[in-house]
Amino acid sequence: MQYINIGYGDLVLALILVGITLAVSLWQRLDLHGDLFVGTLRTFVQLTAVGYLLQVIFNLNRWYLVVLALGIMLLVAAANAYRRQQERWPGLFFIMLLAIALGGIITLAIVIGIVLKVKPWYQPQYIIPIAGMIVGNAMIGAALAINRLTGEIKAHRGEIEAALSLGATAYLAVLPYLRSALRAAMLPTISTMMTVGIVQLPGMMSGQIIAGASPAAAVRYQVVVTYMVAAATALTTIMATLLAYRYYFTPNHQLKPPAQNNKT
Amino acid sequence: MGEAKFELNDVTLKRPGRNAAGEVTTVIILNRITTSFLKGKITAVLGPSGSGKSSLLRLLNRLEDPAAGRITLDGQDLKSLNIFTLRQRVGMVWQLPTLFPGTVLENISYGPRLRGISLSRARAEELILMVGLGTELLDRRADSLSIGQQQRVSLARTLANEPEVLLLDEPTSALDPTAAANILHLMVDLKSRLGLTIIFVTHILDQARQVADEVLFLHHGEIVEAAPAQQFFTAPQEPRSRLFLSGELEG
Repeated sequence: MQYINIGYGDLVLALILVGITLAVSLWQRLDLHGDLFVGTLRTFVQLTAVGYLLQVIFNLNRWYLVVLALGIMLLVAAANAYRRQQERWPGLFFIMLLAIALGGIITLAIVIGIVLKVKPWYQPQYIIPIAGMIVGNAMIGAALAINRLTGEIKAHRGEIEAALSLGATAYLAVLPYLRSALRAAMLPTISTMMTVGIVQLPGMMSGQIIAGASPAAAVRYQVVVTYMVAAATALTTIMATLLAYRYYFTPNHQLKPPAQNNKT
Repeated sequence: MGEAKFELNDVTLKRPGRNAAGEVTTVIILNRITTSFLKGKITAVLGPSGSGKSSLLRLLNRLEDPAAGRITLDGQDLKSLNIFTLRQRVGMVWQLPTLFPGTVLENISYGPRLRGISLSRARAEELILMVGLGTELLDRRADSLSIGQQQRVSLARTLANEPEVLLLDEPTSALDPTAAANILHLMVDLKSRLGLTIIFVTHILDQARQVADEVLFLHHGEIVEAAPAQQFFTAPQEPRSRLFLSGELEG
């Protein structure tokens, strides 16, 4: 089997696909052609830029460049998870950063060091795409979990104060809502684990197959990746919620009054 | 005069809020309150809405802390007491029942379980009978009960902690007149049977007339009048008290 390379000329041909999208938008008057134009351009520019950057990292093959790339990934992910919150407060960004970093690095260490046994560990070919998948999923999980936690605390002030007034600690009073926030964040990952391979072929596995890997080998990678995404989501969300809930309480196990100045 | 259970000395409560222009600011909820609540008595806290009645209750089991002033329970500063012990001694019931998911029995056992005590079935039955419900409800899901029944279960859940003080924040406002009358009887019963100190927030004058030994009347976060109930209702001393009793005082 031969791997077919896509040249820039072939990319121009791929604009046929954009033409189809454009036609649908115009025909049904979706008024999306402006966004479509910008989106088409951004896809090309952003991915090309990342491609060149990765090429540089791959060519130089230095551990500190890989660490720098991971650091940037984590900062962007934390900022994104923070920006998606309905209620933001000082310190939440750092909680996001800490949770995504710890959850991500622990999972990454297990995959790179124990499962794949990559030597040296910083080989960009492995660590960069795997870290990207881990951090991306951890970010989505953290954003979902904290949004849910905020909403639950707002909706259940009565029950939380009832538990406190019966002598519960802040942690015990908020525990049912921590659990539902964690469940909400983990459910999409678990649902994916149920249907993967039946409903959809994951992008990474498809990519490996196109690149010439045998389906059996690609599948084994995908299995590891799926387990890894679940672990990263679980670790990150539990850390994020355990760190974040404290903000809503005083050290004397009192639920703080509702925020007055938070606008989205 | 009886013995004071709670004493408040120059207590001020502030909270973040919005002023008339909608700007975020600090709002004074209670302003320099000095009073006491008598042991083994029912004190009705009266006042128009927004007068700080509910907020006053929240200070007594430290769901909130005052910005200034001192509160004592049996002569001891609240801040010197273990907060969990304080909240076990000073139970609270709200306007709306706030039962947890699960059975009635699980709800009633919640407080003791926090202290590592497993509530016996016999004790749970005793509590549910005390609030006027049947023992067959113990195994029902809490959310399958009527609001009136749920409110009684809330009370039983608080009583399971064997408190010395009951704080009741408009406990009958979600109930029909019969259920409300039952809660009022229960209050008097608990006072005489268990010797509980009861502090009872209401805006319904008739309820206070029926059960209160003492009255504390608040308006705009300040005490207007504190007096024995009999005196307050028959010979109020303050002009605002007289307006309130005739239903003419605005909040």
